[in-house]
Amino acid sequence: MALLEVDRLVVEFPGRRGTLRALDEISFSIEPGEVLGVVGESGAGKSLTGAAIIGLLEPPGRVASGQIRLEGTRIDRFTDAQMRPIRGRRIGAIFQDPLTTLDPLVSVGKQLVETMQTHLKLSDRDARARAVGWLEQVGIPAAAERVGAYPHQFSGGMRQRVVIALALCAEPKLVIADEPTTALDVSIQAQIIALLRRLTTDHGTSVMLVTHDMGVIAETADRVAVMYAGRIAEIGPVRDVVLHPSHPYTEGLMGSIPQLEHRVERLRQIDGAMPRLTAIPPGCAFNPRCGRVLERCRVDRPDLLARGTTLAACWNMVPMDDVT
Amino acid sequence: MSSVLEAIEVSRRFDVSRPALQRLLSGERRRILTAVDAVSFDIPRATTLSLVGESGCGKSTIARLAVGLYAPSEGEIRFEGYPLSSARAQPGLRRKMNMIFQDPYASLNPRWRVRDIVAEPIRAFRILSGQKAIADRVGGLLSQVGLSPADGEKFPHEFSGGQRQRISIARALSSEPEFLVCDEPTSALDVSVQAQILNLMRDLQQRLGLTYLFISHNLAVVRHMSDRLGVMYLGRIVEQGRGEDIFRNPQHPYTRLLLDAIPDVAMVGRTRAPVSGEVPSPIAPPSGCTFHPRCPLANERCRVEKPSHTRSADVMVACHAVQEGRA
Repeated sequence: MALLEVDRLVVEFPGRRGTLRALDEISFSIEPGEVLGVVGESGAGKSLTGAAIIGLLEPPGRVASGQIRLEGTRIDRFTDAQMRPIRGRRIGAIFQDPLTTLDPLVSVGKQLVETMQTHLKLSDRDARARAVGWLEQVGIPAAAERVGAYPHQFSGGMRQRVVIALALCAEPKLVIADEPTTALDVSIQAQIIALLRRLTTDHGTSVMLVTHDMGVIAETADRVAVMYAGRIAEIGPVRDVVLHPSHPYTEGLMGSIPQLEHRVERLRQIDGAMPRLTAIPPGCAFNPRCGRVLERCRVDRPDLLARGTTLAACWNMVPMDDVT
Repeated sequence: MSSVLEAIEVSRRFDVSRPALQRLLSGERRRILTAVDAVSFDIPRATTLSLVGESGCGKSTIARLAVGLYAPSEGEIRFEGYPLSSARAQPGLRRKMNMIFQDPYASLNPRWRVRDIVAEPIRAFRILSGQKAIADRVGGLLSQVGLSPADGEKFPHEFSGGQRQRISIARALSSEPEFLVCDEPTSALDVSVQAQILNLMRDLQQRLGLTYLFISHNLAVVRHMSDRLGVMYLGRIVEQGRGEDIFRNPQHPYTRLLLDAIPDVAMVGRTRAPVSGEVPSPIAPPSGCTFHPRCPLANERCRVEKPSHTRSADVMVACHAVQEGRA
């Protein structure tokens, strides 16, 4: 059974000028131990998907329809009190900015101890020992001495290591990592990604990795979902999606990334910009920017259609041999 | 080929000491941050020099030095052969340089209409006179960057990030410059929009013969844009040469580290050994070669002696290991 199933999830923001549909019938699942990458441009709804799963939608945002199931149990209708034992214990979270995630007034050791004692039955002594153990696991030098240090005494990369320890210390089955390396420099980013990958493999944790960086996804994820205007455009094994995209948007996105391996005269560009949520065109949301648009695309919204191991929401997929 | 901009052993220091009284009470010494340390480069006409490095390496300080927003603490910058300080005093030369900033939200005045933003350099340098002539020129500039002349009536908030960056470019081009400093012009943008802006910048360079100093932390973007490349670490350029040469054969251990660290879509399914360590504080940089605490090739000499630049296979490298053939 899949660890997490999201089934035709719709998230809406009611407002004075009508209701905004920020996530529009998205469906995907995450298997135990799997890393699912979620990519897309700003405003595509990737972070919102993570927030909806962990029950942290900012009001007035709400799940309007669809289901979120964790190990078969529906959690999308849970109250805050019902979600509390799930957050941290069964779903961990890592956010972009480590400084706002950590409490500046509490030592990192105390934050770890508090998180573990909330969810696991541990004596003070055991919790303290485990806190040091976690700091060691995430590669903080001299962990035993630094367990009493405060967040501001750590560098950005080290803070993000502490955040990873916090997310994993109550041994959740699933970690939602929302842009975990975006605030970090490239050489640190590689360390953090490798660490996240190693620890989640060791502990058998599934990861939903939300990022705008296709390179991070390519190296880390098993499967990837490409989001566009609150919908999933394409989802499949990372190798297929990156090397043989089926959806024209994925193809355009891949072509617009400058590559280290070879230099091209011009980058492939997708003209225009993603539509605002107030003005999503009928039919396929990508149709005004699409080079492969058909008449049907303007009226009829495509569902996710299978091609090999990939699913793509497209009436006119990129032919296999046409991929550059 | 003549150089548009030439930097000769330029350094820039900042005093980051605490206030004098506090210093006196706690017996602290002055704290000097060397943001740029004896950097030399030149940019031939109609080419792009890119500077790449992690945060705090001094690349944005160089951008500001290059347009005269900061004065060098030591060394000299020459613009078309004139010392920059005297060039800045001549409006005729000053209008030949302009800058594109990173944040398209902060760099445009929210209370001005786009046509006034774009026309400001034209008015400031008295390039054209008469409302009609200026309006025509602004319309032409907006078309040139892929916007419509009618967009001039709007305010910046009506545009997306990519469109705002196009407005910034139109403003930068309005004084008919020859030299543009671009400080992370696409790092606030999404990849598909980034591709649009990078393509636009290259088209403009070819059409108008522009010279770029391009600052970025993204090596793939830098590779796409540059003719020549400088890799910076803690205020120094550790490796400098033709982009092709450096990407084909990176010599300095830091350049190799950077190239190894970047996640790349071509790396799908591959794993690699991540590099250890973090960038030290520029206030108290390590002795000798500042990279030695993170360098796999460091030895005793690297810990005490600062390496000088030497030419190796057409690339300038500051590394003892490369010089001694240990790399």
